[in-house]
Amino acid sequence: MFSETILLSLREIRRNLMRSSLTILGIVIGVAAVITMVTLGRGATAQVASDIAKLGTNLLQVRPGQDRRGPGGTHSTGDMFKAKDAEAIAQEIFGLSAVAPIASQTIQSIYGNENWSTTVTGSTNAYLKVSNWLLESGRQFTEGELRSGKAVCILGTTVRNKLFGGQNPIGATIRLGKLSCNVIGVLNSKGQSSFGTDRDDFVLIPLRMLQRRITGNPDVSRILVSAQDGVSTRKVEQDIEQLMRERRHISPGKDDDFHVRDMQELISTMTGTTRVLTGLLGAVAAVSLLVGGIGIMNIMLVSVTERTREIGIRLAIGALERDVLMQFLVEAVVLSSFGGVIGVLLGIAAAAIGATVLAVPFVFDPVIIVIAFVFSAAVGVVFGYFPARQAGQMDPIEALRYE
Amino acid sequence: MKATTSTQTGKHCLIELKGVNKVYGKGPAAMHALQGIDLRIGQGEFVAVMGPSGSGKSTCMNILGCLDTPSSGVFLFEGIDVGKLSRDQRALLRRHYLGFVFQGFNLLNRTSALENVELPLIYRGMPAGERRVRALQALEAVGLTGWETHTPGELSGGQQQRVAIARAIVTNPKVLLADEPTGNLDSARSREIMDVLAAFNSERGITIAMVTHDADIAVYAKRIIRFFDGSIDSEEEKPGFA
Ligand SMILES: Nc1ncnc2c1ncn2[C@@H]1O[C@H](COP(=O)(O)OP(=O)(O)OP(=O)(O)O)[C@@H](O)[C@H]1O
Ligand SMILES: [Mg+2]
Repeated sequence: MFSETILLSLREIRRNLMRSSLTILGIVIGVAAVITMVTLGRGATAQVASDIAKLGTNLLQVRPGQDRRGPGGTHSTGDMFKAKDAEAIAQEIFGLSAVAPIASQTIQSIYGNENWSTTVTGSTNAYLKVSNWLLESGRQFTEGELRSGKAVCILGTTVRNKLFGGQNPIGATIRLGKLSCNVIGVLNSKGQSSFGTDRDDFVLIPLRMLQRRITGNPDVSRILVSAQDGVSTRKVEQDIEQLMRERRHISPGKDDDFHVRDMQELISTMTGTTRVLTGLLGAVAAVSLLVGGIGIMNIMLVSVTERTREIGIRLAIGALERDVLMQFLVEAVVLSSFGGVIGVLLGIAAAAIGATVLAVPFVFDPVIIVIAFVFSAAVGVVFGYFPARQAGQMDPIEALRYE
Repeated sequence: MKATTSTQTGKHCLIELKGVNKVYGKGPAAMHALQGIDLRIGQGEFVAVMGPSGSGKSTCMNILGCLDTPSSGVFLFEGIDVGKLSRDQRALLRRHYLGFVFQGFNLLNRTSALENVELPLIYRGMPAGERRVRALQALEAVGLTGWETHTPGELSGGQQQRVAIARAIVTNPKVLLADEPTGNLDSARSREIMDVLAAFNSERGITIAMVTHDADIAVYAKRIIRFFDGSIDSEEEKPGFA
């Protein structure tokens, strides 16, 4: 009996092939959208996590102010650090391999006729170490250059390309705003980060040069610390907190006005953000599934009206209300399931293409596919029920008299 | 002829209508389609229902077929008060005991003759193989062998009517209700159909109630009930010739 009902519905769907295809279009688009969004979102999340992990999981970042956890959290400000804070960390805390104080500013860089707005980062050679930057050519800063804040710079490849094209920039003099600055090195390219920012678009100069001649203040906006292998980042984190509380004279019981995060924390914050985004996009896509369901309901109502006589005949011949109800419900579910299957295939294809275009990994997740399919079938049940019940409750005599 | 000369009192009473009324609409516009119908049909009878157009014949057949319910009065089927049954119970009664040939053919248009005939068996939950055999037999009984795969649109009026009859008798019903089974046919075709019905009545003992306008058709029955303006005007046992 049930297999008969399925065959019957397949036949009915084939009979109105054009209409059936248009009916399920909404479901197809909805399911495809959900799968594409969620798959790409997961890919982006995985990308972010692996990008951050590449920086080294033994990396810590110290920032003034306090972040409330989670996306949308508030941010309270605290006094900026000074270069001395970084020195203190380097001297007093055990088990560190490098400590890099960082301050930065956006500035116009000029060479000849070319100019390019970029970020100028002031730091020390330790910055190259903690962030895993390698020199493509040229050299690092010397102790003397760092101490005196000499006007020398190391270029990221983007800046090099914008200003010099294919030429060798080593030894050339560029201008950073009004300052002349000697190029001593070029970094290896790291390419785009998973957040879409260009990591090669910056110029590294001695911290002291930035402070004295560009920002005009001794502030350090953040300190990157990398722990030696085998040293617990948790322990280092606690030591830094202790030290900074002392240095910033925070009395016991008061909250920190700075924040130390290790990369694990950063990973979970960042991936949390993309996960929320994925969820939102998925929800928007799910709405289109509902719209698809309404499309199915609409067509099923039309179909029930069109087939009033058929319904009358079936009821007169001995079909129970639930037999007729089942017939139309199964038809709606078969329709929406078709939509689901096509949508899943389309969604996987779109996600695979999208993953290539956006250069994020393609994370194939069977669970979301099963969920999308079950959901589309459920849409058929929910939106097919009302028309089907209407069919089942018809009066046989009235139905036979129809037309 | 076999000795099935049943009277409305003599034989086991299968169908009984007591004071049945059917009113369509309300108030001054109310249409009294049936007024105080008393009727008994025994097991194995062959009854013809006649009367002018609009006299309530189809209305009465629909009630007998459990498709419609009386506005008042009692309808007993094998002693069961049909008025007290639920919608689904009446559907089960139709499914298991009744065969109905409608005034129009009421076949499923886009479905083959064979599948039309199989339909009531599907609702009886019969397995596909057995169903097919039974449906083919029924089509053979109405002389439609070779036309199984044709859809109603590809069949003549007489052939369609025979498909409708095959569908009604394929379940071997206790009662066959036929509303003008020959209404759209010429006299030669009509006699063919009537021979088929008469055979079902005499050979299988299927009780038949049939509406007709045609006196030549009514003679196949053993009792004629005449309707006039929603009431039974007269009853006639065994018309003079047959
Ligand atoms: N659904 C309905 N609503 C209102 N009036 C109806 C309805 N069905 C039947 N009638 C009326 O009831 C009366 C009896 O109708 P019925 O169909 O039983 O007549 P009939 O004897 O079968 O006629 P015919 O020989 O033309 O088929 C008619 O006057 C008809 O107009
Ligand atoms: Mg009639």
